[in-house]
Amino acid sequence: MDSTATAVVDTLKKAHSGSDNSWIMHHIQDGEYLDFTPLGKVYLPQNLFGLEWLDISRHVFFLFLVSGLLTFFLIRVAGRYKKSLVPKGIANVIEVFIIFVRDEIAKPTIGKGHEKFLPYLLTAFFFILFSNFLGLIPFTATITSNITVTATLAIFSFFVIQGGGMMKNGVFGYFKGLIPHGIPVVLLPIIAVVEILGLFTKPFALAVRLFANMTAGHIVIYALISLIFVMQSYGIAVVSVGMALFVYMLEILVALLQAYIFTMLSSLFIGMAVHQDH
Amino acid sequence: MSMAVLLMFAAYSEGGEGGGGLLSVNPGLAFWTVLIFLLLLLILKKFAWKPILDSLDERESKIKESLESAEKARNDAQALIEENRKNLSKAEEEAKKIIDQSRTYAEQVKTQIMEDSKAQAQKIIDNASVEIDRKRQEMFSDLKNQIAEISVDIAEKIIRKNLDKDSQKDIINKSIEDIRKN
Repeated sequence: MDSTATAVVDTLKKAHSGSDNSWIMHHIQDGEYLDFTPLGKVYLPQNLFGLEWLDISRHVFFLFLVSGLLTFFLIRVAGRYKKSLVPKGIANVIEVFIIFVRDEIAKPTIGKGHEKFLPYLLTAFFFILFSNFLGLIPFTATITSNITVTATLAIFSFFVIQGGGMMKNGVFGYFKGLIPHGIPVVLLPIIAVVEILGLFTKPFALAVRLFANMTAGHIVIYALISLIFVMQSYGIAVVSVGMALFVYMLEILVALLQAYIFTMLSSLFIGMAVHQDH
Repeated sequence: MSMAVLLMFAAYSEGGEGGGGLLSVNPGLAFWTVLIFLLLLLILKKFAWKPILDSLDERESKIKESLESAEKARNDAQALIEENRKNLSKAEEEAKKIIDQSRTYAEQVKTQIMEDSKAQAQKIIDNASVEIDRKRQEMFSDLKNQIAEISVDIAEKIIRKNLDKDSQKDIINKSIEDIRKN
């Protein structure tokens, strides 16, 4: 593992000495403008609220866009059901996912009382799904490839998990339930530390998993495209574009999969917190 | 392993970027994410998830109800068909019984009528033969009387004829001839 990592770093160093590779990071990271290269850039208004750290960045813009799209579509779908119980058009697509989250994710993992957590799970699922798919469209940014966004989502999951556990078992009962039965008194402090740590590692893993998966695909696509310029040959373009296309297809799968995994694991952790005896 | 590569890559690039690296947390973005996500959660919960999930539940219960009522209707229909069949077979049996009964009754009536008519015919025949006998007797006695009368007439005529001389002679001659022949 180390050798691969050092090899990658060496390659990067070598590449860096010849040409600038910071453009990949530049495309993945947040920025102050919307990038429509080669058509141009649209700079976002700065210092809107008098506080510099509250500036609308590219990712904040796409955060707004995703939320706007979600609200628009889902409220429209909800309106469809008022007219008739038979779904039509886009409601069919949305309904498939809603039923999937309810019947395949929430029900089996949480069981009784899963209805209370459905709004959070559905919101998280659709938010991640829309973000991931929006990020696949050219000129857009993937907000789920920003660790800040995924970490915030994971913190939400953390609070829902702990809140769900405490509401069901009581605050004291919940912490007592964290420690398995029949543990020798000597081991108690160690187990307590491990279990408390475990509470934080779960959402941390959620955040990093989503972030890494959504970032890696984009980096690979950019790297494959950059091969054309590194090799300075048209011949390699065929291979590069083909492979980039393949990775792009893979990313469509990953976009769906990561939304599912984040929701599934959140739901699983909620289930574990609510039903501690298992 | 890919994770380690990615982290190395991120750590390496951080130096080159100058600004925030791949793994740096931006408090402004975090603030916006929290705000937006909370708003999204509240808005969607009220205006999207609740109505959608409610109508899904409603639809599911409706489908369930419809299926159950359909099943019930089917069972009812089945029971009805069964009952109808039973009634039909009962009616058939009854009709058969009635037909049989009437047939035996008709048979009885027929034999009765036959016997009656036979007896009556016999009676008529008996009466007729008695009448015929009586008539014959009457006729016979009538005939006798008539024959007697006619005989007397004939005898009278013969006797009257006998008074004729020639005929007497003839008779005598014939008689003599007969005797002679003998």
